Amino acid sequence: MSVGKNTAHDAGPLHVTGAARYTDDIPTPRGTLHLAFGLSSVAKGAIKAMNLDAVRSANGVVDVLVASDLPHDNDVSPSNHDEPLLATGEVHYLGQPIFLVVASSHLAARKAARLANVNFDEQTPILTIDEALAANSHFEDGPRIYTKGDAETQLTTAANRLQSSFEIGGQEHFYLEGHAALAVPQEGGDMVVHASSQHPTEIQHKVAEALGRPMNAVRVEVRRMGGGFGGKESQGNALCVACAVVADKHRVAVKMRYDRDDDMIITGKRHEFRIDYDVGFDARGRIEAVDFTQYARCGWAQDLSLPVADRAMLHADNAYNLDHARITSHRLKTNTQSNTAFRGFGGPQGVVGIERVMDHIAHHLGLDPLQVRCENFYASGGNISAKMKPQTTPYGMDVTDSIIRELVDTLEKSSDYKARRKAVSEWNDKNPVLKRGIALTPVKFGISFTLTHLNQAGALVHVYQDGSIHLNHGGTEMGQGLFTKVAQVAAQSFGVPLDMVKITATDTGKVPNTSATAASSGSDLNGMAVLEACEKIKARVAAFLSNGEVVFADGLVRFDGQELSFAEAVSKAYQSRISLSATGFYATPDVQWDRIKGHGRPFFYFAYGAAVTEVVIDTLTGENRILRADILHDCGRSLNPALDIGQIEGGYVQGAGWLTTEELIWDSKGTLTTHAPSTYKIPTASDRPEVFNVALWDGENRAETVFKSKAVGEPPLMHGISAWTALSHAISACGDAYPDLDAPATAERVLRACQRLRA
Amino acid sequence: MLTFLLNGETVEAEVGPTETLLDFLRERRAMTGTKEGCNEGDCGACSVIVTGEDGVARAMNACILFMPQLSGRAVRTVEGVAGPNGELHPVQRAMVDHHGSQCGFCTPGFITTMAAAHANGATNHEDQLAGNLCRCTGYAPIIRAAEAAAKEVVPEWMNETAVGSTPPYPMPQSSDEMAAWYEANPDGTLIGGATDVGLWVTKRLQELDKVAFTGRCTDLQQIEETEDGLRIGAACTITQVLEAVAPLFPSFAEMLRRYGSTQVRNAATIGGNIANGSPIGDGPPALIALGATLHLRKGNARREMPIEHFFVDYGKQDRRDSEFVEYVTIPKQPDTLKCYKLSKRFDQDISAVCGCFNVVIAGGSVARASIAFGGMAGTPKRATHVEDALIGKAWSEENVEAALAGFTKDYTPMSDMRASAEYRMQAAQNMLRRVYVESLGIPASVLEVHP
Repeated sequence: MSVGKNTAHDAGPLHVTGAARYTDDIPTPRGTLHLAFGLSSVAKGAIKAMNLDAVRSANGVVDVLVASDLPHDNDVSPSNHDEPLLATGEVHYLGQPIFLVVASSHLAARKAARLANVNFDEQTPILTIDEALAANSHFEDGPRIYTKGDAETQLTTAANRLQSSFEIGGQEHFYLEGHAALAVPQEGGDMVVHASSQHPTEIQHKVAEALGRPMNAVRVEVRRMGGGFGGKESQGNALCVACAVVADKHRVAVKMRYDRDDDMIITGKRHEFRIDYDVGFDARGRIEAVDFTQYARCGWAQDLSLPVADRAMLHADNAYNLDHARITSHRLKTNTQSNTAFRGFGGPQGVVGIERVMDHIAHHLGLDPLQVRCENFYASGGNISAKMKPQTTPYGMDVTDSIIRELVDTLEKSSDYKARRKAVSEWNDKNPVLKRGIALTPVKFGISFTLTHLNQAGALVHVYQDGSIHLNHGGTEMGQGLFTKVAQVAAQSFGVPLDMVKITATDTGKVPNTSATAASSGSDLNGMAVLEACEKIKARVAAFLSNGEVVFADGLVRFDGQELSFAEAVSKAYQSRISLSATGFYATPDVQWDRIKGHGRPFFYFAYGAAVTEVVIDTLTGENRILRADILHDCGRSLNPALDIGQIEGGYVQGAGWLTTEELIWDSKGTLTTHAPSTYKIPTASDRPEVFNVALWDGENRAETVFKSKAVGEPPLMHGISAWTALSHAISACGDAYPDLDAPATAERVLRACQRLRA
Repeated sequence: MLTFLLNGETVEAEVGPTETLLDFLRERRAMTGTKEGCNEGDCGACSVIVTGEDGVARAMNACILFMPQLSGRAVRTVEGVAGPNGELHPVQRAMVDHHGSQCGFCTPGFITTMAAAHANGATNHEDQLAGNLCRCTGYAPIIRAAEAAAKEVVPEWMNETAVGSTPPYPMPQSSDEMAAWYEANPDGTLIGGATDVGLWVTKRLQELDKVAFTGRCTDLQQIEETEDGLRIGAACTITQVLEAVAPLFPSFAEMLRRYGSTQVRNAATIGGNIANGSPIGDGPPALIALGATLHLRKGNARREMPIEHFFVDYGKQDRRDSEFVEYVTIPKQPDTLKCYKLSKRFDQDISAVCGCFNVVIAGGSVARASIAFGGMAGTPKRATHVEDALIGKAWSEENVEAALAGFTKDYTPMSDMRASAEYRMQAAQNMLRRVYVESLGIPASVLEVHP
């Protein structure tokens, strides 16, 4: 059995020896040129005059391009054709590329890019949510609204009612490998692009447009990324297009990589949100009606903001059955980086919204927040009988697979939540300065692209006559272990050891028209496509060998009382002119979704999980630490428990970082002042919980997924929310008022909340 | 011509004065295992092992390590951590077995840092790895790997031998030589560990051609414990200072534990930390609170001053052309020092506020108080009004509360990306409250709480 094993990441030995090759490590052809963008120094305005003489005459500079030098499309948007590669007269954020330096070295390009003399007609930028609302600066025609039941009426009759509003900060991806691209011109005007991208097909598409050629003239290859997290779904387009355009013009290879500061200043991040809520509930904390208004700060271009904001709405219920709900979403256009995909894709902000409501209700009623959460959970899928109508989400999807009640019950016991909550309270009574807090939060996350047509994948499998297998599919490897999992699927299908399967770089020339590796869908989609390709080849070999049953297992092929090694079997098949190569294809069944009406079944299934976090805070400085985390997470029948646990541990720490130390700050001119790791603080080793217990829920996916597994990339990020609610609990030891904590809960915000409660 | 050892082999190369090891490896040697993550010494993806004349292996950041600093030293990159026949080093094996790599981009830096710690027998893994950022794993499997590897012996191929060399750029071997060079080159730049100057080059893209390196100035790399106290040579690294102050002033050492990272502390010098005059350097507030004296030298002329007098104004120090920090001395005293470093993240972060309190209580009253802060003004600065309000009074909650008003007279902090002015002021005041509650034995450090 290959599937279900704790196989190590296929590139592990390459990683630890420095042999794993990333885009910037690829040996470059002689004469390779290097690029750097010249950036706007104002957030909004018109370019009055641009003197690039000093740039052109700088050491090593070969060429300088402005928008009018681009031969075809000047656009790198993944969605709305609103994102010029180089600014065309107007600038929309501080850091926007306005010209492109071509030089003999990376350093020469960077140095020259700073020598421009640009005169702007500066205008007042729209930077904040309030400024965007005041200026009515929106994407789409107006707010999107999803409704279920009659929230308005029910709110007026509810026994209890709370209204509040809070802020959720954005998040920089901080993939350790910054963006990079290498374009190598081919004969006849063709182009090969090596990219650090989650979406090679889109790179191919945008490069083809920029070169004025069909997509078949462009081939994009991605072996691996040094982290993606959504930040390389669309944000790599600019580098790849820039490299290809210059490579085409100068007929030499061209490379570009962003210095870290440029990367942070130029590229989009997780969307900042403000969430207003108005909730009615009974004495037990059961929600009678809730009205959410979500304000998403999208930045200057549309990018993926509409589906991100949609997904925030789609997760406003999280794991809770809401009979009457209204969710309103504003997508605000601002003069800041164009916010983009980031692990969870808006879902985490939606989940933070309702977890905050649960917390607030519990505080108001003086109940354990866990009790209030349990009061509101969706009914268990297992308990739904044929005649019972399943509960539905606010967007009309039946929830038939919930395990949240059972899962939370199990975690509550395994983490000793009740006793520890009592112990925390006693400890706090004895400690005047330090206070502990503990919280349990659940997650239910919808799996599928909400843009339904993206739920497809292709694969290409070759079996060579020596029995070795060459595997290719449309997914990209960014560290999540996708290649390992998919190879396990192929090895399982052929019944051969994993080392007979060679995993190869994602290549638009091998598998076309792929979707981004995103939405946690990598193994679900590509695993199924690979499985189909393998099964096709097996069927051909089997039909050739026997009319009876043919079994592929243990490296052998058994049929009619005979036994051949896999290599012997395929060698025979080859000699009998049987095709040993196949494509595979998969399209997720059953999903259909109307995003304007906000109704349908956007998701194939839900992934579940829950986390308990205990924290300690210092009420004199607001300093805080995570002490312990216990997580129980549902990966269905895991393809690889070790890799899945890796996603859960990493997701938790990344989510906790988002809500605690990771703070993005812009000054009043629109300069991102936290543009390097010196000022933007992702967690370090000592920030992980000292006690960190992660377990997988023992179950299987009810949906027909690859070997009954579940997607795991994004959902665990939301376990970090339990750290934020635990901080709120700790702060509440300072007084009777509700802590009313914004995110990220930096030491400064924690102290402010403590003081408010003590005042 | 620079001579150094690279993965056990002697390399001779013409190098620029501020050419970084990272660029040398990647661009001139096509050794791409060492990664560029941030180019400012904050992520550790470029970590390499540097072994000096003392034979001690140290992790350092190649992105802000200038080639001349390597003269005569041995560098081991990730490509040289595995054995000659490709045998994985114990930390490499453990990282694979414990699933310690996901995207793998930070991994070479983790491997070298872990291998250096392994060679030194260091098992404080979180501190050793605080300068290595990972965005994928949440660190848990990496720490598990480090713990597993700690039980394995150090492979013999990790031994380094010395190599003879003549430095390609000025590298004074003594304070006298340094004084002479600086007299002759008043417009030159003295480079200690390059953890600050490195960023002038990699981020500001400044070109420096007239430089001298302090890394071989042996008489200024000594820490002497005399009858009068500690005499610390300006070219001592923060790692050396940490070790020297640990038995004397544990709170200072605990603060230095969080100063930069292992890689940064192995390079950065106390002289550089003082001389650059940063208002947010962590060394000066502690040294001021300890009543340290700064010893400056220009040619053969020497002068000394209480260290706080050195910091005149933002960006302005009492240092003349060609004058350099030679020593700092800390007077012998019983330990009453409390250092509090407040930053967004505990490890490897620049302080928003760094408060150092040396409050001596005798007979229930404050006999002496020396209190200094970083992050509260344009320079590291003493809280004289607070001190005055405390001295001679009973050490009581009431008097501590009364002294808090002094902070607003001493400081007008600013708001920036690290903290708001209001928070800085409040936190500074609360740090004095913390000194008081800790003196009563009440726990007030979240770092000392365990599950």
